[in-house]
Amino acid sequence: MNGPQDLGGQMGFGPVAPEKDEPYFHADWERRALGVTLTAGSMGAWNIDESRHARESLHPADYYSSSYYQIWIKALETLLKRHGFVSERDLEAGEAIDPAATPKRVLKAENVPAVLAKGGPCDRPMAEPARFKAGDPVRTKNFNPTGHTRLPRYARGKRGTIEAVRDGFVFPDTNAHGQGENPQWVYTVVFDGTEIWGEGADPTLVVSIDAWESYLEPA
Amino acid sequence: MSHDHDHDNELDPFAARVRALETILTRKGLIDPAAIDVIVDTYETKIGPRNGARVVAQAWSDPAYAEWLKRDATAAIESLSYTGRQGEHMQAVFNSVDTHNLVVCTLCSCYPWSVLGLPPVWYKAPPYRSRAVIDPRGVLEEFGLTLSPATKIRVWDSTAELRYLVVPMRPEGTEGWSEEQLAELVSRDAMIGTALAKAPD
Repeated sequence: MNGPQDLGGQMGFGPVAPEKDEPYFHADWERRALGVTLTAGSMGAWNIDESRHARESLHPADYYSSSYYQIWIKALETLLKRHGFVSERDLEAGEAIDPAATPKRVLKAENVPAVLAKGGPCDRPMAEPARFKAGDPVRTKNFNPTGHTRLPRYARGKRGTIEAVRDGFVFPDTNAHGQGENPQWVYTVVFDGTEIWGEGADPTLVVSIDAWESYLEPA
Repeated sequence: MSHDHDHDNELDPFAARVRALETILTRKGLIDPAAIDVIVDTYETKIGPRNGARVVAQAWSDPAYAEWLKRDATAAIESLSYTGRQGEHMQAVFNSVDTHNLVVCTLCSCYPWSVLGLPPVWYKAPPYRSRAVIDPRGVLEEFGLTLSPATKIRVWDSTAELRYLVVPMRPEGTEGWSEEQLAELVSRDAMIGTALAKAPD
C-alpha cells in the first residue's frame, strides 16, 4: 500500500541526527515493548508480513508522530484484537476481562535462547527455475496495490538490471493477508540513480532493491 | 519527553499502555513475562555490533574467510556462532576504493540483528529512511563522513528478507594486528555504511 512506511525519496523530515553512544533503549517501557512484541508474535497467530502490514496501516499522522516501539505496540494491539486475544474492553480497562483465543504456543523463558537462535527463515524450495539471470535487463511493475507490498514506490516502473538471483522466498504480498506463502524467486536488482531520480540525481549513485519475481518484467 | 530516569516513566502514558498490555497478556496466560526478561537481556548484553566486528576482523585477517563471507555470508557468519532472528539470510558487501556501500530499509526497519543487535533510533526513523536512497552523500555528511566525489555509492534497500552487513576497508597501518585489535576499529556505523573503519591511533 502507498502508506506512511514507504519513505524512500520523501522530503521534509529534517536531518538524521544520530545520537552519540546511543543506548539500546531510551526508557524501560521500550524493553517491555520489544519483549511483548516478540513473545506475542511467537504465539504463531500471525507472520512477519502481517505484522509489517499492521504497522504501515497506522494512520500516516499517527505513524509519523510515533517512535518505532510505539508503532510496534500500536500495531500489536491491532493484531491481538484481530486474532481474538484481546478485546477493546480489555484495552480500555487495562485488564483481562474477555476470554482469549487459544494460541498455538506460549514462549517460555527457558525456550527463548533456542527460539531466537533459530529465527524464522523465509526461504523456500522452488519447483520452477528462476525466470531471470544475472545481467538481465528488467523493468519493475508499475502498480499501486491497496494491500501489502515490498516494492517501494520510488522503484516502480523503473528499468534496472538483475545483479543476483537469490533464493525462493515467501511472497509478502499474499502472506500478509492470510493468502498463503506462494514463494517466488527473489532477485537483487540495481538501478542507476538517474533512472530513479532523474534530473539532478547523483551520477555516482546506484540503488538496489530485493524484488520478488512477479514485481519484474523483461526489459 | 525526557526518559532519563525510570521513575519518570510512571508518568508516561505510553509506558502505562505497554504495562497494561503486558499485564493483560500475562493474566490470560498468553505470554511469560520471564521470557521478556530473557529477550531483553539477550539484546542488551549478548547480541550487538561486536559480533559483526568480529566477522569483519576475521575477513580482514583471513582471505579464505573473506571469500566465504562474500559467497555465503549466512554460513560464514554462522561458523562464528552468530545466528538467528533477523540474520537468517545474510549478505556481506565489501567496500572498495571505488565503491562505498550503505544499507537502509526504506519500508520498515530491517536490520541484521544477529550481527549488529538492535538498530539505533535514527536507522528506524523517517529522516534516514527517506534520504539514504536519494541523497546518500548528504546523509553521510551528517555522520561526519565526506566521500571523494569520485567514489561510487551503492545503496542497498533491504526490501526483502536478505540482511546486509557492510565490510569496511581495512585501515592502513594495521599490519600484523590481532583480530581482537582489528575488531576494535569496526563500529556499528561502519557496518551500516555511515562510517569508515577507525584509523589506528
